[in-house]
Formats: sequence, C-alpha cells, structure tokens
Amino acid sequence: MLRQLEGSRAVAEAVGLCRPEVVCAYPISPQTHIIEGIGALVKSGALEHCEFINVESEFAAMSVCIGASAAGARAYTATASQGLLYMMEAVYNASGLGLPVVMTLANRAIGAPINIWNDHSDAMAVRDAGWIQLFAETNQEAVDLHVQAFRLAEELSMPVMVCMDGFILTHAVEAVEMPTQAQVDAFVPPYEPRQVLDPADPVSIGAMVGPEAFEEVRYLAHVKQLQALERIPAVAAEFAAAFGRTSGGLVHGYRCEDAEVIVVALGSVLGTIKDAVDELRQRQVRVGVVGVGSFRPFPEAALRDALGDAATVVVVEKALAPGAGGILARDVTMAAAGGGAEVRTVIAGLGGRPITKASLAAVIEAAGRGELEALHFLDLDHTLVDRELARMGTQRRSGPAAENILRDVGVVSARVR
Amino acid sequence: MPVFQVRIHGRGGQGVVTAAEMLSVAAFRDGHYAQAFPSFGSERTGAPVVAFCRIDGGPIRTREPIVEPDGLIVQDATLLHQVDLFSGVGPEALILVNSSRSMEELGLSDLLQGPARRRVLTVPATELAREHTGRAVPNAALLGGFAALSAVVSIDAVILAIRDRFGGEVAEGNAAAARQAFAFVADEAAAVGAPEERRRPLLEGSHRAATA
Amino acid sequence: MAMQPVKFYQTGSFAVGNRLLPVRYRTVQSDAGRTNSLNSGHRACQGCGEALGARYALDAAMRAANGKMIAVNATGCLEVFSTPYPETSWRVPWLHSLFANAPSVATGVAAALRAKGRHDVRVVAQAGDGGTVDIGFACLSGMFERNDDVLFICYDNQGYMNTGVQRSSATPPAARTATTEAVGPEPGNPFGQGKDVARLATAHGIPYVATATVAELHDLEYKVHRAMEVHGARYLHVFVPCPLGWQAASSDTVRLARLAKETGLFPVYEAEHGEVTSVSRIRRPLPVEEYLRPQGRYRHLFAGEGRPDIVARLQAMADANIRRYGLLGPDEGAGDGPATLADDPAPAAGGGR
Repeated sequence: MLRQLEGSRAVAEAVGLCRPEVVCAYPISPQTHIIEGIGALVKSGALEHCEFINVESEFAAMSVCIGASAAGARAYTATASQGLLYMMEAVYNASGLGLPVVMTLANRAIGAPINIWNDHSDAMAVRDAGWIQLFAETNQEAVDLHVQAFRLAEELSMPVMVCMDGFILTHAVEAVEMPTQAQVDAFVPPYEPRQVLDPADPVSIGAMVGPEAFEEVRYLAHVKQLQALERIPAVAAEFAAAFGRTSGGLVHGYRCEDAEVIVVALGSVLGTIKDAVDELRQRQVRVGVVGVGSFRPFPEAALRDALGDAATVVVVEKALAPGAGGILARDVTMAAAGGGAEVRTVIAGLGGRPITKASLAAVIEAAGRGELEALHFLDLDHTLVDRELARMGTQRRSGPAAENILRDVGVVSARVR
Repeated sequence: MPVFQVRIHGRGGQGVVTAAEMLSVAAFRDGHYAQAFPSFGSERTGAPVVAFCRIDGGPIRTREPIVEPDGLIVQDATLLHQVDLFSGVGPEALILVNSSRSMEELGLSDLLQGPARRRVLTVPATELAREHTGRAVPNAALLGGFAALSAVVSIDAVILAIRDRFGGEVAEGNAAAARQAFAFVADEAAAVGAPEERRRPLLEGSHRAATA
Repeated sequence: MAMQPVKFYQTGSFAVGNRLLPVRYRTVQSDAGRTNSLNSGHRACQGCGEALGARYALDAAMRAANGKMIAVNATGCLEVFSTPYPETSWRVPWLHSLFANAPSVATGVAAALRAKGRHDVRVVAQAGDGGTVDIGFACLSGMFERNDDVLFICYDNQGYMNTGVQRSSATPPAARTATTEAVGPEPGNPFGQGKDVARLATAHGIPYVATATVAELHDLEYKVHRAMEVHGARYLHVFVPCPLGWQAASSDTVRLARLAKETGLFPVYEAEHGEVTSVSRIRRPLPVEEYLRPQGRYRHLFAGEGRPDIVARLQAMADANIRRYGLLGPDEGAGDGPATLADDPAPAAGGGR
C-alpha cells in the first residue's frame, strides 16, 4: 500500500515484516526513529516472537546480535557514525564468524569534530570488514533493501548493512509502497542456520585459528563476497518479479548510453544528480549517471560495463581519505582502468553540507571541458581555509582549528549556498 | 509542471517539523507527490527551527535544500527580525505569518508594496489553536490558512492529514482550527483582491489518483 | 574446666570423590556420568585453577540444566587453552565472543532462546577477571541492569595471565605482575580501593550472587546449582589460583585457594537482591603470611629484610573483610558480624538447603 511516511518509520515497519527474532538497539542520531519504531511494534504486540533489548552501548548491541544469530535467531540492529566505530570489534567478529546479522547504517559523519549530519565516512570505515554494504537512493529503496538484505544474509551466511543517508532519507517524509506481510513471508523464508548453538548437537564456534589456516579462512570470506556479486543481482531480479519494482542490484545507469561524461555516486545524492543530468541534457551536454547499489562487494565488472565509452568519469562522493583523496573514486578508477576514461574525484556533502544541482552542474560541465582538477572539493570556502592556515602558520598556540573556523563562519549550523 | 516549494519557520516545540510532514501528507492525499524534511539538529525547545516541503505532480528526486521557496509559513512572529526568514523568497512567493497583528504592525510594510500585497497574509493561528484545542500549537491551523492562500493543497486533504497524525479530540480540535483559519485567510485574500485564478496551483495533471 | 566447642568432620567429607556420603550429597564430579563439559586434552598449564573451576562449574550447571545449556566464553586463558585449532575440548555448545562482550553475547543467546520458546535451554557466560572486571564491566553491568537470564561466571586469577601476567583491576595490592614489577619504594601493584565485582554485582540487586573457590568443590557445586534454580541475572565469582602467574607450585593450587579463604582475603558468601544471605565461615583463621609466602609474586615482601609494613596492610585488608562479612563466628572471637547460617559443609549439587 502506498503511504506517505517518514523514512525511519518505513524502515522500522519493513524490518518488522521480516520477522526479526532479536532486535537490540542503542540510540544515536539519526537512527533513533528506526529503533523507536521497532520498539513500539514489539511492545504493542504487533511484532510477535521478537525480543527487543535496550542495550547499554553499540558494542553491546552488535554483541547481542552475534549471540542471538549464533543461537539461530534472526537478529537486527541499527547504528551510525560514532556508534559504528564503538562496535567495530564486534562488526568484524560478526562477519568473521559468518553470522547473517542485518544492520541499518544511517550514514553520518565521524568526528572529531562532532557532526550529526550525513556523509559516508562511517560506511567507508568498515568497508573491509567483510559485510555486504548496500546503499539506498530513496526511502522506497531503503525499505526494499532491508527485505533483500535478510534474504541475502541468510543465504550466504554473512552480515549485511543497508546504508541510508542520515536525516536526508531517515527523516524525510515521502511516498513509499509498503510490502505486505504475505509478500515478505514469501520472499524471506524462516532462517536456516549453517551453524548453530544447539544442546542436541554441540559445536564450538569462534576458536582461534593460527598461521596454519588463517589465510584459507580469510580466502573463503573473499569467496563469499564474490558469491554475493552473483546473488545480489539475482535477488534483486527476484524482488522485481515479486514486488513489481526495481530496487537494489549492483549498479544502475541513467542516460548513460551516449554519455561523454558519467557521474558515479552512492545514495540519495543520485536524485539530485539525475535532476542535474536532465537539465544538462536539455542543454545538449551528453552526461549520464551511474548509481552504485552495492558498494561491497564492489561491482567492478558491472561498473566497467556501465561506464561504456565515456571519456570522463566524475565520482561524487561523501567521504574523504585525508592525504589520499577519494575512497569510492579509487575503486571506480580500478573499474575504469584500461578503458581510457579520465576519473575525477569530487568530494562533496561532508558533514551534511548540502549538494546543490547548480554546483553539480558546474563541476560536470567543467569536467566535460577537461577543466576539472583530479581532486576537487565541492563548494569549499577557500577563504576560511586560508585564514586558518595563516593562523596556524603564524602562531604555535593557534587554538582548536574547528572552533576557529566556526567563529569565522559566524553560525553554528549547516550553510546553504 | 514546476514544483511548489514551501519553507516553514518556527521554534522548537511548536510543531514545525510536524507541519511540514502534515503538509506533505495533505499533498499526498490530494494525489500529488511530496517530500518533507526538517533542517536537522539536536532536540532543543525554543531554538529556531526550519522545515521544508516540496510538492510536485511527478516523482521528486532531488534532495537539495529549498533555497527559493514558493511558499513561506512563519509560525512564530518573534523570529521576524531575528532570523533571515525571507532569504531566497522571490516576489511571486506566498507568505503566511502567524499573528493577530497586521503586517504593518509587524514591521513588514516593505513586503506589502504593489502586487506583493496579495501574497502576504497573516492569520491568528495561535489564538485559533488555543480556542479549539486548548493548546497554543499553531501548526495545523496554519496549514488550513495556507491551503486557502496557496490552494496547493485542499482543506479536505489538510483535515485528513491532521486526522492521520493525531487522534480523537486533539485531531478534531486541530481540524476545527484549520477550517476556521482556512475561512479567515480566504476572506482576507478576497479582501486584498487575490483572484481565484491566481490561487489555482500549477499542479494540474498529477498522474497519481487522489487517495481518499 | 572451661567448655570448649569441638567440631567433628567426617573424614573426607570435603573430598571431591567421597562416595561415603549419601547419593544426594555427592559431588557431580564424583559421578562417572558427569558431562565433562571441559574435556581432557586442553592445553592449560599444570595446576591451572581456571581449568578446574570451569570443569567444576559447567558440569554442575549441565546437571542442573538437564544437559541443555549453551556456554559463551570471553577471550582469555580458558578460551585459548580449550580451543587450540583445530581441536576443541568443549562438549557443550560453546561460543567464543570477544574479550569485552561475553555478557552481551550471552544476553543475545538467551534472547534467541526466548524468542523461539526454548525455555528449557539455559545460558552460562564465563570470563577471566580481565574480561569481567575491566574491559567487560560495561557489558556486565548492562546485563545485570536488564536482569537478562544469564549465569555469569568469573574465574578470578587476579591478572591478565594469557598475555603474560599483566595487572588487572582484580590484581591485589603488592602483587608482582609484568606491569607492576616488584621494584622501587612501592613494589608490586599499588594499594588502591580495589574493585570488588561480587560486591558491585550485589549492589545491582540481581537475584543471586556468590563467591567460591576451587578448594571447596561441594560449596562451588552447591552455588552453581543454587544459581541455576533461579532465572534472571546471576553472578558467580570463583577464586582460581594461577601457578604460572602467581609463581606458585602447580601442586599448591587448591591449597592456595583454601588459604585465601581461611586468611580472610577472599570472603566466601552468597547474596540475593542486594543483601548478603549467607557467609561461609573461616574454619581455622590464619595470618595472611601463610597465604603470601608460597607465591613468588609476593616474594619481595619476604626477601632480605622484607616489607612487614606491606604485609601488615594486607593483614588489615583481611581483617576488614572478616569484620564486614562476619567471617569468624562468635566462638572464634572475631566480634560482631551479620547473622549467618551455621558453617556446615554445604550439601553437594543435587541436594537442597
């Protein structure tokens, strides 16, 4: 049924439809409405046979999921940013043990400086932990990806995180077609574990593995990710057949067929980029955009196909590897290698800095003219930066950089250009 | 068909975010596409809050902030000379201010030159809210008024949105306040010579069937 | 002639395998049909108190749980020596969590069982002192506060032994560890206020808290059984000497555990919902020196002129415990203490109180 509701609320209901058995949660902006929603579903009795546990930290949350999953229960949690870092050890543990935990990551910047707004630094921080990482472009896709996530996780015996932009998607109210219980039940069968703690058939899970076998165990984790590359589009296709709409999958191209410039991005910014693409196309600029739906496993081959013969690839990403540049861009560069395309990195939207259609159009056109530098920071205020650098250059006790800049800016909130 | 973008200003605790959500639900009920989102921050009563709503005949893809709103709702007149409420507001924009005082008394005379006069109205939403609900939360009443000013949503859809959000007496009280605000603003708009045609929304041809 | 109380103990009544006792008083360990939850073949040091404690505790728990139990184990000596790849010595379903989260992982297991309606399966979590007192404390406190249905067992050998004998907040004052060497004017671990987790557990008001040692098997098994009789968060703190870390003879493990109790340094008691409910009295009080001398980690207190001042401070700690818990009965002349049960040998698991 088509409903107008907040993204977090939609995700909470979608997770509920997947019949989780153990949900544990520690609140962190901007995920709070999701776990509040699920908590209400459990407390009211709407979601049965589900234990909702208020834990004392994110580390405890992922730990509870691990225990629950190992005991054969379908387990779910949600977090963001600092909370993800706090559970880091357990995040690696879950994938190392091959437990099909599903987690919503409400993408948010990582501090210092503390920032509650959206960017992808949290997802990037765990990109090598062995989880599947799926990115939602809209709240519809966020709902649909959770349904696909439980399927994928349990089929492959590996954890899956569904990334949705904090605030931009979680707190946006828009139309979402909510699946029915019957549809989800048909798509996500009961959990059949590969390994389970069972008094009737005792096993030891989590033993130490030394040099004699560690490489082999890790290689198998790599193989699992490669298997996921096959399963993700297959599950997405099944989803399309069952639910009647396209969601998920590895990559999605828009107006790429004859494009000279192709933009690549993750998440909700794709919507704004598509509007920019349409506007540029009206001005005869041959531009297209590829949305990456699965960041891990990275769909190198599918992306290479999607990029086709484009001469320039502009990666717009909401993350930064300080001292190195882009993160998504590096993976895209590998995919584009050998194809002759120039890859340009545009770092945008860090810490919730709005990304406007106008700014995007400008960098795309510059890239098309060959005038975009290899690494570009969208809408960077050079004056502010130069002022702080000058301060640092002239005195040792220059003070905390972030606070200095805030004083220069004059406001303590997001700015819109 | 161009999108209609609304920005709502108020203070934390006045239901600004809820107002934007209800506006989007009303638009949805009228058969349009709508996207509502707040400017985000930590919970803090009394601090200035901004929320946004886009309404369009087709699917809304962009996630940009709303820089040039077509409609502006000011829930708290004390913000008028403290925050730059009118940033990006063009000459065609429709502005509704929650106040029992006139625009002149509010110091907004410069907004009222020429044709703009027909687009800038006040409505005593807090008083109406207090009268019908016992609480001084003006958001629902203001939406009723905005429906009259802009016609971008119907009053019936606004009522449905209110009933979606609230239950029982709270819903009915807010609905009554909204209806009265609608009538008030409709009268005011007619009085300053805002012709019916102007207020027809540019959203004809929305291809989704209106949902009841 | 003055009357003197005389206590008679049946020969061997405290012995592990005593079959002269009525069946219901015999230990689980004396039963050939015990689970052997921690089976032989593990790689623990000779004389490891933790291996002993874990076998005792888990076999008793399995008996109480009718064989339906899942164990969660924090990183540490027990986890490492019990599962040397590719072998495992566990005969129960067993999950190695991480270092800091055994309580939370156990909470997850318990929640899964509840969601599936498996009320017949019990959950035990176990960790060393490091994984309980230090890095595991936040998770432990959370589990207590939620009253999750988990029996948490801490095997306390008073240091991070697996990694080379470093100091934990369970390390007693003056003890030598690799990070609190016996050098300088204040040799060994500094004197602080300690971190008495059993007391903290009691303060959380959970249904059952008990301390025990590997010297008194009947008592330990009784406490496990008692803990398994109730549901909710339960905590068992077991004193387990470590010959390697304490630099003691591997044959001294049980004796040192007994001495820790008999000197008053390790109070043995039970508590329920925030109140101490029983105390195991000291049978023959001994000065702390008896306990300290056999351990190389206290060698510096006796070498040369020694440090009688430090020994005196340790004695004062023991005396304070004796007073606080009433570890000496009135006939031992220790003064006032809370009303407690008589210090009979506790019946073995399978018996009741």
